[in-house]
Amino acid sequence: MARMKFICDSERCIECNGCVTACKAENDVPWGVNRRRVVTMGDGQPGEKSISVACMHCSDAPCMAVCPVDCFYRTDEGVVLHDKDVCIGCGYCSYACPFGAPQFPSNGAFGLRGKMDKCTFCAGGPEEHGSAAELEKYGRNRLSEGKLPACAEMCSTKALLGGDGDVVADIFRTRVLHRGKGSEVWGWGTAYGKPSK
Amino acid sequence: MTRTPLLCTALAAAALLLGGCGEKPQHAGTSHGNSTPAWNGPQTSFSAPGWKVGDQASWDEQIKQRNRGQNEYLRLP
Repeated sequence: MARMKFICDSERCIECNGCVTACKAENDVPWGVNRRRVVTMGDGQPGEKSISVACMHCSDAPCMAVCPVDCFYRTDEGVVLHDKDVCIGCGYCSYACPFGAPQFPSNGAFGLRGKMDKCTFCAGGPEEHGSAAELEKYGRNRLSEGKLPACAEMCSTKALLGGDGDVVADIFRTRVLHRGKGSEVWGWGTAYGKPSK
Repeated sequence: MTRTPLLCTALAAAALLLGGCGEKPQHAGTSHGNSTPAWNGPQTSFSAPGWKVGDQASWDEQIKQRNRGQNEYLRLP
């Protein structure tokens, strides 16, 4: 069984925001919510680096640990999803997440927060696969269509890799061996733990 | 005879009070997802060709093949 993971190669990301656009378009993400975003360090300086950030679907997800209503679950493929019918919009997950993945649509005055929204690895939610309810609440379920997340598949420089952890690691290893540098994978240890020896 | 309606009223009130104190089963938390695995998803017009719905092995292979498409070293001569 595949174990889904993301990698962003900061040596390749050109800050084109294609992944952000692909995600928003594919999942019809509400206004004000960005499930994926590109962060640039040292913007405008020589040697600036960009990375595409979203939910990393952590092996030991802090959001799952802190949720007071237990709305998170993990699929067989290792994708961390949540149930919007159970979420109370408390925001604990956004404080716990090291990647800032949970997003909250602001709907109305008085700082009212809506249901949490985050990257689903294009795997929908607890509704029936491919149903209209799932599409409306969580976006497209590409995994059940035999596809991978739109952001990774759309990435023009293939900086963002997403899919089965073994295959993704093989691709990245080959790449680092060819170019001979840049083996530090941003967020990998935080999301999936240190490699066991 | 006059005590019967009074008794009925008292019994009905007692039943209502006891009913109010009863506890209904409650469920906190999520249904923990869709029990249908991704490889058993519906066949739609959006489904990628090359795999069979309901066949986990073919879905796994489809995902891996698609994943390998992200490796341009395999695509370049």
